[in-house]
Amino acid sequence: MINSRDILETIRMIQDENLDIRTITMGISLLDCCCDDIDRSCQKIYDKITTKAARLVAVGNEIEKEYGVPIINKRIAVTPIAMLLASSGGDPVKYALTLERAAREVGVNFIGGYSALVQKGFAPGDEQLIRSIPEALAKTQHVCSSVNIGSTKTGINMDAVAMMGDIVKEAAELTKDDNCIGAAKLVVFCNAPEDNPFMAGAFHGPGEPECVINVGVSGPGVVRSALKKIPDGNLTDVADVIKKTAFKITRLGQLIASEASRRLDVPFGIVDLSLAPTPAVGDSVAHILEEIGLETCGAHGTTAALALLNDAVKKGGTMASSHVGGLSGAFIPVSEDAGMIDAAREGILKIEKLEAMTAVCSVGLDMIVVPGSTTSEVISAIIADEAAIGMVNSKTTAVRLIPAIGKDVGDELNFGGLLGAGPVMSINTASPAKMIARGGRIPAPLQSLKN
Amino acid sequence: MRAVITVIGRDVVGILAEVSGKCSELNVNIAEVTQSVLQDMFCMIMLVDMDKCSIPLADFSDIMKKLGEKHGLSIHVMHGDVFDSMYHV
Repeated sequence: MINSRDILETIRMIQDENLDIRTITMGISLLDCCCDDIDRSCQKIYDKITTKAARLVAVGNEIEKEYGVPIINKRIAVTPIAMLLASSGGDPVKYALTLERAAREVGVNFIGGYSALVQKGFAPGDEQLIRSIPEALAKTQHVCSSVNIGSTKTGINMDAVAMMGDIVKEAAELTKDDNCIGAAKLVVFCNAPEDNPFMAGAFHGPGEPECVINVGVSGPGVVRSALKKIPDGNLTDVADVIKKTAFKITRLGQLIASEASRRLDVPFGIVDLSLAPTPAVGDSVAHILEEIGLETCGAHGTTAALALLNDAVKKGGTMASSHVGGLSGAFIPVSEDAGMIDAAREGILKIEKLEAMTAVCSVGLDMIVVPGSTTSEVISAIIADEAAIGMVNSKTTAVRLIPAIGKDVGDELNFGGLLGAGPVMSINTASPAKMIARGGRIPAPLQSLKN
Repeated sequence: MRAVITVIGRDVVGILAEVSGKCSELNVNIAEVTQSVLQDMFCMIMLVDMDKCSIPLADFSDIMKKLGEKHGLSIHVMHGDVFDSMYHV
């Protein structure tokens, strides 16, 4: 029995409130493409990706039309390339160019996995791959890169943290004529999930099967509209409304994921229960927080409101999906969220508040534009702070900072599309250079000793 | 397989006939129709059976969308499973 009120509610969610499936991401293992000759490895990678994902975009478009639900992105995540580089050697950028060629051939809008997992130290290939990231990102459009520098189980690899400060800066410098876009395609993780369908941090972890379909849902606009209907409800009511809404959104994700998996004949992996904003009006996580009762996102109370939101999204979504994974929670990427952009422009949302927010939401300091003069050591220290929050709280945290080369507070970068635009935010410039130069590892915290 | 067609917009003479005519032409059986007109806003929901439809659902969806655009209405076709999964546990 289909109720006409439910039908109209769904139509409104899609047409007016930006409900969509944010991404269908196909994870592909490249371990069997690994040869001792890099050119042969590249050829095998190209052949495998273009075979496995040949129908990904077509099937996504087909489902979109049949189910009447927009599917915004079709993407691919692959085995961390550093693992292939370990045995092939050679110039890692060749791998990036191969991934770019394969992505263009199959028509996906991003391919993730130019990655290295170095939370405890560098294995062969890792350091070489990391050093090549800026060049790889400058020479490609679709390739995304990530580096996992810490985890609750291993602690934080501070040598990698120090290196990433330089890499982030160099990635921005090499693309300074294109809004420093290189840095927007690079994520530094602590506790990186192996099945995350969202970019720029998606990669196909070593524990994943041969090929898998992961789906990321979205719908901040839907949650905000639902909350508008209870202007006088207390916070328990607010949490309940968010849970119910998240349930519906996630059920839709589960349906699309099962259908995509069936049509592509690839196992279903997970649904990532996310509230992923876009710069479009009405698709903002900040506006949900404001609907809860804050004058502006970034005001005191923001962390508590976000904690409530994040928890309710997970509670509502968990029952709606047979397998939940990825990042799962509310995202707070500044340049990709109309409300956050406004709050940052007004100077109300500051990086310190964002850091606090990352302790209670699903990701980290995401898509934050900082002055081009920011030193590598400060960037490394920001990464270390975020990694510490993730490590101690047994959660994923990430850093995606964009040093705006040649620009300062008051200027803006405009990436266009889903990446949006963001004002350069001021940051604390006191030097952490001595600590970063020490290197070594921050030991795993007591929380890691669960056995 | 069931699909839901929604037609929303300003009331246009003959729209019901045109949508149902297109369904009949493509061998789509109409199982249920509800419609309401609030002031001059028209809202129609049709539950249809697509099993014997002569073209794929994706193409049917395109045809309906274009029909809507021709009349300045929003016509949306959705797979019935969407509602079953979102509203039924």
